[in-house]
Amino acid sequence: MTQPLLRVEHLTMRFGGLIAVNDVSFDAHEGQITAVIGPNGAGKTTVFNCIAGFYKPTVGRLTLTRNATPYLLERMPGNDIAGKARVARTFQNIRLFPKMTVLENLIVAQHNKLMRASGFTLLGLFGWPGYGKAEAEAVDLARYWLDRTNLTDVADEVAGSLPYGGQRRLEIARAMCTEPVLLCLDEPAAGLNPRESADLNTLLRFIRDEHKTGVLLIEHDMSVVMQISDHVIVLDYGRKIADGTPDVVRNDPKVIAAYLGEPEDSAAVQGVV
Amino acid sequence: MTAAERLKDAIMAAGVAALLALPLIGFETVDTGGPLGIKTRFDYIAYAAIAVFLGRLGMRIALDWRRNYRESLADKLDPVDAVKHKSVLSDLGRKADKWLMPALIGFAIIMPFLPFANRTVIDLGTVVLIYVMLGWGLNIVVGLAGLLDLGYVAFYAVGAYTFALLSMHFGFGFWETLPLAGLLAATFGVVLGFPVLRLRGDYLAIVTLGFGEIIRVILLNWQPVTGGPAGISGIPRPSFFGFPFAADPPEGTTSFHQLFGLEFASLHRIIFLYYLILALALITNIFTMRIRKLPVGRAWEALREDEIACTALGINPTNTKLTAFAIGAMFGGFAGSFFAARQGFISPESFSFIESAVILAIVVLGGMGSQAGIVLAAAFLTLLPEVAREFSLFRMLAFGAAMVLIMVWRPQGLLAHREPTMRLHPAGTKPGGGTP
Ligand SMILES: Nc1ncnc2c1ncn2[C@@H]1O[C@H](COP(=O)(O)OP(=O)(O)O)[C@@H](O)[C@H]1O
Ligand SMILES: [Mg+2]
Repeated sequence: MTQPLLRVEHLTMRFGGLIAVNDVSFDAHEGQITAVIGPNGAGKTTVFNCIAGFYKPTVGRLTLTRNATPYLLERMPGNDIAGKARVARTFQNIRLFPKMTVLENLIVAQHNKLMRASGFTLLGLFGWPGYGKAEAEAVDLARYWLDRTNLTDVADEVAGSLPYGGQRRLEIARAMCTEPVLLCLDEPAAGLNPRESADLNTLLRFIRDEHKTGVLLIEHDMSVVMQISDHVIVLDYGRKIADGTPDVVRNDPKVIAAYLGEPEDSAAVQGVV
Repeated sequence: MTAAERLKDAIMAAGVAALLALPLIGFETVDTGGPLGIKTRFDYIAYAAIAVFLGRLGMRIALDWRRNYRESLADKLDPVDAVKHKSVLSDLGRKADKWLMPALIGFAIIMPFLPFANRTVIDLGTVVLIYVMLGWGLNIVVGLAGLLDLGYVAFYAVGAYTFALLSMHFGFGFWETLPLAGLLAATFGVVLGFPVLRLRGDYLAIVTLGFGEIIRVILLNWQPVTGGPAGISGIPRPSFFGFPFAADPPEGTTSFHQLFGLEFASLHRIIFLYYLILALALITNIFTMRIRKLPVGRAWEALREDEIACTALGINPTNTKLTAFAIGAMFGGFAGSFFAARQGFISPESFSFIESAVILAIVVLGGMGSQAGIVLAAAFLTLLPEVAREFSLFRMLAFGAAMVLIMVWRPQGLLAHREPTMRLHPAGTKPGGGTP
């Protein structure tokens, strides 16, 4: 059995007296969409923040395996997790560079690659042709994701002027421009209308199937979760209460209880969970 | 606001003004021979109240008019376009970098040969250009990277003292010292930046302010090296690439006027210094324009917009900020060496906090990130006190008023317009199809 792309072992995160994440373990695999669901305040975003290096876990080990090399994420600074281990993320409240154009947002995402190509600025300053080539390639990659996210026409608009749905898609495109092996999406469907939500499903499937990128998805919209995830993890009060395929999780009495607070009403749950 | 509300608002403001004016301008001390006597000046209080009343009323009307104008625009245009057409000035800002900059540069190049150019005018031009260069240098730190630096003058001082000491004690010439001064200032930037660049916004501002003061205090107290409050005088003047500007050059050297077969004139040196700072400033400008289009420049701007997002994209925020700080400091150091070479005398007095404040004001007033805006602001802030010499007492007042007005009226600065560093669709073409 090969190593999973991401292995989370005994992850615990304490904020003072509050235990936001309590001894959570799970795996995420290459070419799969793994959904993390749970009621508000369950600790989902905190798990993401630990994976992405924004918080240092109180206890636990986070191992990402890329090209058979293990990276211990809990020991790496956030920018190395993105740059070296190649974990990309989006944010629950969108974080774009609002005054820069859509295209520039995608070029900034390729910073490390371009930095090397520009000889750490020195060669670039004197117009070294190798840099021009690298930049053209970066634009090509950006254009590829612009086409995929339907943003090509607005590529030269400032990111802050895009409608909400466009900003969400841009954030995903920007994350993909870092060429990640694991893409962590924090509630990407929040605030989208049904059509946009369906487009998002298509995009995520495309990322999974064509790029073999592992996707870790926090989601509230259960239609998204049940339709596209290969694997669902349910958190409640910081603990993992279920882990399995969407069908198994959907019928798990503990999950039903967590979402509705009363175990009997499983018929209604079918619609919600 | 209705007319009645406006009137009420203005009366309230006038009342406050009258109350404030009572202790501030309501009394006058007069010499009565013995102890000082006090005379009341109620008429002055009345003038103040009336002025505030009219001013406040005018401001309200203007603000309402502007809101109506914006709303009528918003009705006509779709939201995206409305943002673009916010005001005439932002349009101007868009055009500024296209035609205003070349025009300004062209003017700067021919200025010394225009009929009105005498010694005073060229000297003034030199001072303006020093501030333009400092503004452009600080713009890298504040405008691009978004790091609020209140101690920029420290790097200016480091450059100036490096130049003075190296040329006095080791006989280095201007062109050898210039890179060294820049390098040393950049090193100071890194040394200061390394521990403090984790701080954000206000905290960073306070620490840099402290750093500026520390440098000044060291210059004041390190008597044996810096000469203390007396400063350093007799700094060698720059020569024209080895040919001095002297009426009677020492044996074996050719002076500038002999080289070109001109009559000796002290104006030559002044003009040379003018072109020297013009060249240095232009180098700063070209450097900034180029580096904006390189990954590090884009990372600076991205960092200004959102540091957390940058980290999530693999950008090392500390290193990136450090480069901005060091490069900004380097240009400050260059400007400092020029300052020392031009003056021939430097003392800590030239590097007080107010200098940092003026340079920062130039950047903010001009429009953060706008190269042309900085030229206008530098010219405004350095020429205003010269033009209005008889009002020199009111200089700080005018300075403050200008800042307040800008912050109310255009918080983004005079000519704030950000030109994208690259485009997917060539400028001017509208990509086909609507937005998805
Ligand atoms: N930086 C923090 N400091 C203190 N408490 C936090 C912090 N971040 C999250 N929490 C707490 O941890 C719990 C889990 O939050 P979060 O992970 O955001 O939940 P979810 O994303 O599942 O809605 C909440 O009770 C929240 O208040
Ligand atoms: Mg959350």
